[in-house]
Amino acid sequence: MELLDNLALGFSTALLVQNVLYCFVGVLLGTAVGVLPGIGPTATVAMLLPITFSFEPVTALIMLAGIYYGAQYGGSTTAILINLPGESSAAVTALDGHEMARQGRAGAALAAAAIGSFIAGTVATVALAVAAPPLARVALKFGPAEYFSLVLLGLIVSIALARGSALKALAMIVLGVLLGTVGQDIYTGTPRFVFDQRELYGGIDFVSVAVGMFGVAEILRNLENEQTRTAIVSKVKNLWPTRVDRRRIVGPILRGTGLGAALGVLPGGGHVLASFTSYAVEKRISKRPQEFGRGAIQGVAGPESANNAAAQTSFIPLLTLGLPAHPVMALMVGAFIVHGITPGPNVITDEPALFWGLIASMWIGNVLLVLLNLPLIGVWVRMLRIPYQVLFPMIILFASIGTYSLGFNAYDVYAIVFFGLLGYILIKCGCEPAPLLLGFVLGPLLEENLRRALIISRGDPSVFLTRPISAVLLALAVAALVVAALPTISKRREAVFTEEE
Amino acid sequence: MERRRSLPDVLAGGIFVLIGGAFVVGSLGYELGTPLRMGPGAFPLLVGATVAVLGLAIVIKGLIAGEVVSFGPIPWRAVAVIVLAVLFFGFTVRGLGFVPTSAVTALLTTLASSRVRPLTAVAVAAGLTVASTLIFVVGLQLRIPLWGPWLGF
Repeated sequence: MELLDNLALGFSTALLVQNVLYCFVGVLLGTAVGVLPGIGPTATVAMLLPITFSFEPVTALIMLAGIYYGAQYGGSTTAILINLPGESSAAVTALDGHEMARQGRAGAALAAAAIGSFIAGTVATVALAVAAPPLARVALKFGPAEYFSLVLLGLIVSIALARGSALKALAMIVLGVLLGTVGQDIYTGTPRFVFDQRELYGGIDFVSVAVGMFGVAEILRNLENEQTRTAIVSKVKNLWPTRVDRRRIVGPILRGTGLGAALGVLPGGGHVLASFTSYAVEKRISKRPQEFGRGAIQGVAGPESANNAAAQTSFIPLLTLGLPAHPVMALMVGAFIVHGITPGPNVITDEPALFWGLIASMWIGNVLLVLLNLPLIGVWVRMLRIPYQVLFPMIILFASIGTYSLGFNAYDVYAIVFFGLLGYILIKCGCEPAPLLLGFVLGPLLEENLRRALIISRGDPSVFLTRPISAVLLALAVAALVVAALPTISKRREAVFTEEE
Repeated sequence: MERRRSLPDVLAGGIFVLIGGAFVVGSLGYELGTPLRMGPGAFPLLVGATVAVLGLAIVIKGLIAGEVVSFGPIPWRAVAVIVLAVLFFGFTVRGLGFVPTSAVTALLTTLASSRVRPLTAVAVAAGLTVASTLIFVVGLQLRIPLWGPWLGF
């Protein structure tokens, strides 16, 4: 069995002392980030990226991945205990989870979330291990035309998943692509839009963009009204779910895992969509839908399993195609590149220890998360009492230090102010920052493959339509654009919430 | 649903038009090339124009059937203080060194909240300076001098 050999290689890498240690550090930080409202995994990964430069590549990726899926876990704790989701995908968990907490069943809700997440994480990790190698083999056959169309499709699909106006999401993506053109032109070496500043020749650093848009802008939003932050934390007792609860959560966990694993692959934050869809499905098939919103444990188990499964499978497009599905994955691209590895189909064959080690570490991370989250719940509850006045100076200071240490370049620090303010204004105007970051990271790839495909075709743009795979991908992109533009679909995205009114 | 003009939509669209337009103007200064060999200006021109057109569409839509009704409050104090604190960090970290720069940046940032007491602010700044020094300089061996040349060391 090739898979078993690969997994054995993976575990032998992931179980090295330093890898287990940093996996633990990653999921610990991730849980903290998920628990604490006001700072998300994107900003955290961006800030910590420079720190990992000195690590072995596999260790760095294991830790960064741990932060990401750890945050999916941690988000449920805050959602259940204080009705404040620390992470967007946990928003739906708050509906029934917090209601359960108010009825004194916080323990059962937390346990359902943790058990569901663990099962989902395990299954999705196996799915990743099984699905990634064949997909990568297909991707290796892609030429520049196919790649261009694939990147375009990925960007367009991410609109469909962004909240709010499709037009604005599209504009944010294209703006991201545009900002990605700053720096030296790949073919001619001509510096573009650098205003004679040597520091800009390498382009705008995506860490600055991410920290600005997801860190600084988020803090400014939180400082808009401070008085809402006095949290009443529900008491936790009886962590082990009762027999009735156990029977009730089996179905939602399995369905949530399947949904999440499938939707996680989609670009643009499939984990949010996964948790919403799972909630809607559970409500639809339940014999007592009226219980939903009033403390139904199925409404916690399903979405929590779904978002965790999605968090794991969102690594599939990154590892097989080199395409990030989510802003955090976009930062992982940066982590790969810093360590001299081009993310994409070649990683599996060129760096098998890294690829399989990362996958094996996800399972280890899931075990660590269960251990961290159930027995140590008291610690996390206490962390919720950290006042924001302590938290946000910490984020700003660490963001400045982290960004500066990218290249000991003050321009990167000034850039977080610029992108923080730009992001803040745009967010207030109803534009989500995630599509911009995806566009920014994928923009250079789009340009490179467009130009390369045109050189190969001797300047004939019909190459994108005459090559069958490319044509299919473009057709899908157009279809996705049409779907995203239809107002009925965008309304349905909000329907899960409004049904509760 | 009531249809109305939306100033935030118009503002967002305006920003897109402005940035897209600026890139279009800038890219005209570079060689455009031919489809066979696209010059450095071609792609930014194409993308910049797309951003500007999409921005214009958002402006028009905002004038007819806007989405975002109100902009909400702006925490001016927080905006000013955080901008100042981060710029201060970038400007002085090389000259003053890690410890003084971190301390001032942290102290400045605490002022972003109107609800912080002076004693708390000093305590938070001191704690964060010690913590970040231990984490970044001692723990992670970041090569930033603790005390910079401006201080005469």
